[in-house]
Amino acid sequence: MTQKFDAIVKEAEEAMEKKQTNDTTEIYVGCATCGNATGAQSVVQALEKKLDQEKLAAEIKEVGCIGMCFAEVLVDVIKPGRPRISYHGVTPELAEEIVDSYIKNDDHRPDLALGYFGEGGPEDIRQIDTGDVFKNQQRVILKNCGVIDPEDINEYIAQGGYRGLDETLGRKQEEIIDILKESGLRGRGGAGFPAGRKWESCLKPEADQKYVICNADEGDPGAFMDRSVLEGDPHSVIEGMTIAGYTIGSSKGYFYVRAEYPLAIRRLRKAIAQAKEKNLLGENILGSGFDFDLEIFQGAGAFVCGESTALIMSIEGNRGWPKPLPRPRTTEEGLWGKPTLLNNVKTFSVVPQILSKGADWFKSIGTEGSPGTAVFALTGTINRSGLIEVPMGIELGKIIYEVGGGIIDDKKFKAVQTGGPSGGCLPEDKLHLSVDFDTLVEAGSMMGSGGMVVIDETTCMVDVARYFLDFTFEESCGQCVPCRQGTQQMLEVLNDICEGRGREGDIEHLLEIGDSIIKGSICGLGQTAPNPVLSTVQYFRDEYEAHIKDHACPALVCKDLLVYHIDEEKCTACGRCRKACPVEAISGEKKVPHKIDQSKCTKCGICFQECPERFSAVERLTGKENLAWASGKEG
Amino acid sequence: MQELQDLTSKALAAFEGKRSEVIPMLQAVQNEVGYLPEEAIRDIAEMIGIPESNVYGTATFYSQFYFSPRGERTVKVCLGTACHVRGGMQVMEALEREMGIDAGETTEDYKFSLERVNCVGSCALAPVVMVDDDVFGRVVPKQAKEVLEQSDPEV
Repeated sequence: MTQKFDAIVKEAEEAMEKKQTNDTTEIYVGCATCGNATGAQSVVQALEKKLDQEKLAAEIKEVGCIGMCFAEVLVDVIKPGRPRISYHGVTPELAEEIVDSYIKNDDHRPDLALGYFGEGGPEDIRQIDTGDVFKNQQRVILKNCGVIDPEDINEYIAQGGYRGLDETLGRKQEEIIDILKESGLRGRGGAGFPAGRKWESCLKPEADQKYVICNADEGDPGAFMDRSVLEGDPHSVIEGMTIAGYTIGSSKGYFYVRAEYPLAIRRLRKAIAQAKEKNLLGENILGSGFDFDLEIFQGAGAFVCGESTALIMSIEGNRGWPKPLPRPRTTEEGLWGKPTLLNNVKTFSVVPQILSKGADWFKSIGTEGSPGTAVFALTGTINRSGLIEVPMGIELGKIIYEVGGGIIDDKKFKAVQTGGPSGGCLPEDKLHLSVDFDTLVEAGSMMGSGGMVVIDETTCMVDVARYFLDFTFEESCGQCVPCRQGTQQMLEVLNDICEGRGREGDIEHLLEIGDSIIKGSICGLGQTAPNPVLSTVQYFRDEYEAHIKDHACPALVCKDLLVYHIDEEKCTACGRCRKACPVEAISGEKKVPHKIDQSKCTKCGICFQECPERFSAVERLTGKENLAWASGKEG
Repeated sequence: MQELQDLTSKALAAFEGKRSEVIPMLQAVQNEVGYLPEEAIRDIAEMIGIPESNVYGTATFYSQFYFSPRGERTVKVCLGTACHVRGGMQVMEALEREMGIDAGETTEDYKFSLERVNCVGSCALAPVVMVDDDVFGRVVPKQAKEVLEQSDPEV
């Protein structure tokens, strides 16, 4: 350890000691975007007010996301000498109760607690870290998220932060690259390109200036992994980028962050300022003679800017248009024509740990071909939505049933979607597959940046494919014909199928267009755009056929193929549906079973939701016969 | 008009007029004015010394930018994948019906703009509707009216 860094660590440890004297109670409130969205800020205010009223001393820490989105707002309390007790679903009122019961009167309130972390907790509540949510997880990239205060650099340093940078400075650049290559780290943006090789190809070219760019343009619908890392542990990414700057010989880096992530941007700004203050960023870092500065560029909302050349065009002030091949690699000619190293948030954030703990440590996690961990935003119709981190190689089904707690309302699992608009859907018989870069691609999906959406029997797979195609069609930059026209053609065929105009041969037509788009598009957006369709045709062809041949949507989703009908035998004439119908299509009076006027019905589904479950009189019908019946019915 | 001009000038004061500043300049004007008026596009083009069409071409590429005045509050319906599979589209349709406009439009009284967004990252609360920074989770279509009533800027 350099003397300079040694002093910084001492300073951080002293600051931490001051913060946590043995008799202070610590309160952690999950204040990432997800927590704030559920009301974390008002919980913090309520806690402050109550503590003040009761004249109790406690330190409130606004921490990042620990990943249990299903349990927000989360408030964890550590009383001196006691384990960390976690309270879930906390409202401002409950926050006051927790202060009153536990902090003031020592009743830990098993009725409100989710459980405790560590050992030796009260017997009437569960231990969380050995429970289903965490026992299959291994937190490497997320190790600090929800644990440290992201706005205090001392907390990061006290957890071992910036040691990787200290280890790096003064070493040969090639040595750093060897460690990365040895570790087998693959880029976490989705494609999984070996990071060591990428860094090496950026070190080689001679140039007066080189750039490091962190791709935080997380545009997949249903993904928030990168945001959580930036919000919960910004220094890890800054440290990783600084190490990258040193290794390739660059003095300037950019964060390309979606403008839709205001909290992440604010925390990054603060973290950059703190790192500069401690001489961990800026000029002559730790006295090594190495200069590195970071700037934040806010993306303006274009999915295609996740593609490296488009992202660079965007920073340069242009439309985010990808550059067609053949073109030089960005590691040779990138931003302003200079060699540029571009990696995902999670890739940079894990680099410091690899350098401080060694390549062997990293290789000991995950599989041979995909070492390390995978971070997923686990969402959809699953009981425990959240941000999870698992070792590569874990069974897909384990994530869904153990970490995620299975399907909501015990519905039947249908598919799991990974890789966002570039990925695919895998059915039940693929749940035994190992989660790693190569296995998922072989099965017709992909790892992607980390969105994992669970789909149950109430979701129509043709509609899911249409949803993604609609997305890529909207986001296609329009430069090349195969992508611009091809996605539109595919979308039109899918619309036809979902709206009852499907024809024999449509499936083959989709496959054919898809093949042309993959072969002819100039960038990754186009080349992967057909994947959601191809994988759903591969595994759920029967649903496509039902739509085309019988005009039936088996999952009862596609509006144009549905008929809403009231079963007269079951209807008790309660009038709820009649009052709720926004277009007054329902007639009936007291004691007279209600009827839907099919010519007025807009199929909004409100009557179906209104009808009490014990009656279930409103039914959804599908298929040619029912549709013909409804269209012949006037009033 | 003068007011627009003042706001635009204020937003652009910190910039040097480099080509690479186009997007940050557009963002600064929109933050100040709420949208990008024609005059602002002209000012930016002049400052940088490039054709107006060029600035306009860049601005229209990105979904963040608006070219007409917005409602006082923005209703954002999340249609990320998780919200989609949990009925987000039905919520969108209910809001469109209730507000009498389509997604992407603004009500005549300029109270509300309605737009679809691709994931606000609160997937556990799906389907989600946000009105400016207020979050409504697990929304069902019949709550559309309630959401709007609670969010009325004049109440």
